[in-house]
Amino acid sequence: MIAELGHFALIIGLCFALMQSLVPMIGSFKGYSSWMRLGYSLSLGQLFFVAISFVCLVCAFLMDDFSLKYVSQNSNTDLPAHYKVSAVWAAHEGSLLLWALILAGWTASVALFSRALPLVFSARILAVLGAISVGFGLFLLFTSNPFERLLPMTPLQGSDLNPLLQDIGLIIHPPMLYMGYVGFAVPFAFAIAALIGGQFDSAWARWSRPWINLAWVFLTLGITLGSWWAYYELGWGGWWFWDPVENASLMPWLVGTALMHSVAATEKRGVFRSWTLLLAIFAFSLSLLGTFLVRSGILTSVHAFAADPERGVFMLMFLAIVIGGSLMLFALRGPAMQKVAAYQGLSREAMLLINNVLLVSSMVMILIGTLYPLVADVLELGKISVGPPYFNFFFVPLSMGLVIAMGIAVFTRWKATASALLMSKIPLPLIIATASGIILPFVLRADSYVGYSVTAGLTLFLTAWLLATIGIDLKDKIGINLTRIAKLSRSYLGMQLAHSGIAICVLGVGLNAAYDEIRELRMAPGQSAMVADYQFDFVGVNRVSGPNFEAYRGQVNVLKNNAPVANLFPEKRQYNAGGQVMTEAALDPSLARDIYVSMGEPLADGAWALSLQVKPFIRCIWLGGVMIGLGGLLAATDRRYRRRKKPSPIMECNNG
Amino acid sequence: MPANLMFRLLLVSLLWLMPFGLINDHAHLSASTEVVEFSDPKLRDRYYQLVEELRCPKCQNQNLADSNAPISTDMKAQIQLMLENQHSNDQIKHYLVSRYSEFILYRPEVNENTWFLWFSPLFFIILGALVVWRYAFSGRSPEQSMTTLTPEQQKQLSKLLDQQDDKL
Amino acid sequence: MGRFALYVPLVLFAILTLFLLKGLDRDPSELPSALVGEAFPAFALPSLMDEQRLITENDLASQVTLVNVWATWCFACRIEHPMLNKLAANGVAIVGINYKDQNQPAHQWLEQRGNPYQFNIVDASGSLGFDLGVTGAPETYLVDARGIIRYRRVGVVDQRIWDEEFSALYQQLMSDVK
Repeated sequence: MIAELGHFALIIGLCFALMQSLVPMIGSFKGYSSWMRLGYSLSLGQLFFVAISFVCLVCAFLMDDFSLKYVSQNSNTDLPAHYKVSAVWAAHEGSLLLWALILAGWTASVALFSRALPLVFSARILAVLGAISVGFGLFLLFTSNPFERLLPMTPLQGSDLNPLLQDIGLIIHPPMLYMGYVGFAVPFAFAIAALIGGQFDSAWARWSRPWINLAWVFLTLGITLGSWWAYYELGWGGWWFWDPVENASLMPWLVGTALMHSVAATEKRGVFRSWTLLLAIFAFSLSLLGTFLVRSGILTSVHAFAADPERGVFMLMFLAIVIGGSLMLFALRGPAMQKVAAYQGLSREAMLLINNVLLVSSMVMILIGTLYPLVADVLELGKISVGPPYFNFFFVPLSMGLVIAMGIAVFTRWKATASALLMSKIPLPLIIATASGIILPFVLRADSYVGYSVTAGLTLFLTAWLLATIGIDLKDKIGINLTRIAKLSRSYLGMQLAHSGIAICVLGVGLNAAYDEIRELRMAPGQSAMVADYQFDFVGVNRVSGPNFEAYRGQVNVLKNNAPVANLFPEKRQYNAGGQVMTEAALDPSLARDIYVSMGEPLADGAWALSLQVKPFIRCIWLGGVMIGLGGLLAATDRRYRRRKKPSPIMECNNG
Repeated sequence: MPANLMFRLLLVSLLWLMPFGLINDHAHLSASTEVVEFSDPKLRDRYYQLVEELRCPKCQNQNLADSNAPISTDMKAQIQLMLENQHSNDQIKHYLVSRYSEFILYRPEVNENTWFLWFSPLFFIILGALVVWRYAFSGRSPEQSMTTLTPEQQKQLSKLLDQQDDKL
Repeated sequence: MGRFALYVPLVLFAILTLFLLKGLDRDPSELPSALVGEAFPAFALPSLMDEQRLITENDLASQVTLVNVWATWCFACRIEHPMLNKLAANGVAIVGINYKDQNQPAHQWLEQRGNPYQFNIVDASGSLGFDLGVTGAPETYLVDARGIIRYRRVGVVDQRIWDEEFSALYQQLMSDVK
C-alpha cells in the first residue's frame, strides 16, 4: 500500500514537473505574467509529491517490505535501521529517486529565493529545471521503478546490503555528492534562460553566482568524503584510483571551479561571457554524462551500478536532447567572442583565463583517458586500459602549473598590473618556497627516510609558495592587527581559505606519495615487525560476532620507541546473508601520520598475511578538501548575496 | 593486608601487565617474514611498482596489488620469479602482455593505436596557451578603448578598480 | 572566426554521442585472447587417465580441436558439461585441461557426468593456463589442424554461444582440413 502511494506520488510529481516545464516558458514568450508566476507553486508542488514518494520508499525499507524488488535486493531483516535508510540510495533505482528529490529541492529553492529576479528570467529558469525533472521522472517510471513489486513470489528475506556499503560513508557521501551534481543544474538553467533571452550582462552573472558556489561546495565535500570513505573502507590504503566513476565526479568539479572563477570575472568586468555560459552548460552536462557512464554499463568500474543497455539508450537520448540542445542554443544565440582585448597580459583577467585553461585542459584530459578504452574498442583498436599512470602523468604537472598561477594571481589587479608591482611581490614567497623545498624534507623525515625526496621537495615548494602568497596578501590588507580580519569581506576570506585548502591538500598528496611505507608481512601471533619508526606487535586473532556477520578480529599493538601508540583491531568479516568476505582495516589517525593495519589471508599454522602501513600526512588531503568546501561556503554567504532589496550599481562598488 | 586480597591484587596487576609482558622483551621476538620475499630491496621496490601498474584481468578495474583474485596471485608470483631471475621491467611486462594482452597495462603503450590518447592533452594545452596569448598578450592596449574618458574620469576608474581588487 | 568557434562544442559532443551509442553494444569486460593467431604454447604435462604418459602440444595438431579448461571446483563447469557431451557425440574433438585441480575428484567427476574428452591434460599448478592467458574456468579454445589458436571463449559454452560464436568458424576450419 505504501509502495503504491509512493509510486502514485511520483507520477503526480512528474505531472507537476511537466506543467512546470511548459507553462512558465510559454508564459514568458507570450507575456502572461500569471502563467510565469505559476512556476513558483508548481515547483513547490513537485517537491511535495516527490518527497512523499521518497518517504514511502524509506518506509518500505524500514518495514522490510520484501515484496518490493528493490528492497529485497538491497536489504535484510538483520540490517541495522540506519543502514536500512541509507540502503534506499545504495543501488540504481533508489539513488535515482534521490536524484529526483534533490533536483526538486534545488528547484524549489530557486523558486523561493528568486523573487528579486525579473519574472521572465526566473520563469524560464524554473521551466528548464522542470524539463530536466521530467526527463528523470520518465526515466524512473519507465525503466527504473523502485516501487516494482515481486509478486506473487515474495521472498521472506532480502539479499542484504553489500557489506562495503554498510557504513556511515553510504549515509553521507552519495547525498552530498548528488547535492553537488544536481546543484549544477541551477547555473545550467540560468545559462539557458540567459541564452533564450539574449541577455548576458553582469546582472545575470551576479544572480547565478551564489548557486554556482553552493553547488560547488557540495560537490567538493562529496568528493572529499568519497575519497576518505574509500580509504578506510576498502582495506588497502589507497584514496584515489582514477576509476571512471571517480573521474565522473572530478570532471564536473574541475569545470565547476573554472565556472566559479569565470563568472566572477563576468560579473566584475563583463569579460568571459561566452566562456561562463559554456562552462555552466559543461558543468551540468558532465554531471549528466557521469550519471550515464556509471549506470549504463559502458565502462568497467568497482563503483558502477548494475548495467542495463535499455537504460543506457534512454539515458543517452536524454543526454543528447539536453546537452545537444543546450550546445545548439549556445552556438545559435551565444555572444560572439570578444575581439577587442579588454585586459592586458599581467591582469587578473589573464590569470583567470589561465586558470580556466588549466582546469578545462585537466578535465578534457581526464575525459579522454576515461573514454579512450571505449573509443579504442569501438574503433577495433583492441582492448586498452587507461589507469593511474596516465592520469597522474598529466594531472600532476597541470596541477603544479595551477598552484603556481594561483600564487601569482593573488597580486594581480583587474585590467592591468604594473609589472613593477609583481616584481616587488614575488621574490619573498619565492624565497620562502625554495627554502622550504630544500630544507624541510630533511626536517620532516629525519628518522627513517634516507636522503632527499624530490617529490617531497616539490610538494613543500608548492605548498609554501601558495601559503606564503596568501599570507603576504593578508598582511598587506590588515597589517599585523589580526582583529581587522573581521573587516574583510566573506568572499575574500572564503577565497583565501579555499586556496589554503588547496595548499594543504597538495601537501597531503605529495608528502604521502613521498613518504608512504607499506609492508606486507607474514606474521604469527607473538611476532613483531618494524615499519618506518613504528613497532607492530601481532598479539593474535579472536572470533567475534556482529549484528549480521561473523569475523576474525586481530589485535596489533603499535609502539614507537617502546612507548605504546595504539592498539589496533583489524577484522576479516564474513556476512551472514550473502557470505561475502570483507576486510575491515584498523586505523590510528592523526594529522601527522595514519597508521593503517589490515588483515590479508590466513596462512598455515595460525599465521596471517598482514598489511602494515605508515602513511604520513595523509589526513591533510581531506582536511584540505574540507577547507576548500568551507571556503566556498564562506564566500557563498557573502553579504551581497544576503541582501534583500536590489542594490543600485554604485552602492555595490563601494561596499566592502 | 589480608593474604587473599594481596593475592587478588597481584593477579589483577599481572593480568593487566600481560599484554606488555608478551612483548616487552625484544630479544625474544621473532622477526616476521615478508609475504613476498626478495633478496634485494631494490627488487621489492620494482615489484611494488609493477604490481600497481598492472591490471587484474578478471576484476572490475583493480590493479594486481589490490586484487585477491587467484589469477592476480599467479601473476604476482610470476613477476616475483622473473624479478629474481634478473629480468627487466620491460621483459616482464612483455611476457605478461603476450599472454594476457595489453589490457593488463594501466600505462598504455605509445603506438599508432594510442597516439591520440597520449598527444591530445598536449594539443589541448597548446591550444589553451594560444588562447591565453591571443586574448591576454596580443599587445593591444586597453587604453585604446577608453579614449572617451577624461583623465579625471580615468583616475576615478582606476581608483574604483583598485577597490574591487579586494574581492574576487 | 568568432561565431564558428561557438559550434565547436556541439560538433565535439555529436562525435562523442556517436561513440557512446556504439559503445552501448560492447561489453567492456569481454577480453579477447592475446594468443589468437598464435601457436598453442609448448608444454609437457601428464595425462589424467594415464599419469605416466606425458602430453605435449604436438598431440593437439593434425585435427581441429576444442580445448576446454575445466575444474571440479568450478561451479559453471557443471552447467557446461552436458553441452560438451553433446558436442563430442556430434564428432567434435574435445581435449580437456584440468586446471588447478586434483586427480581423484577429476576422475570421479568424469565418471559421474560423462567424458567428452579425447584426453585430459593435468595442469595442477596452472602453468599451461598461465601461458594460455587463462583467468579462470571454464574457458574454451578453438585450435585448428596446424595447432594455431583461432578463438577463445571465457565462460560457459551453451547452444546459443556455440551457434553464434563457434559454429561458423569450426565448419570453416573443418573444411580447410579437407
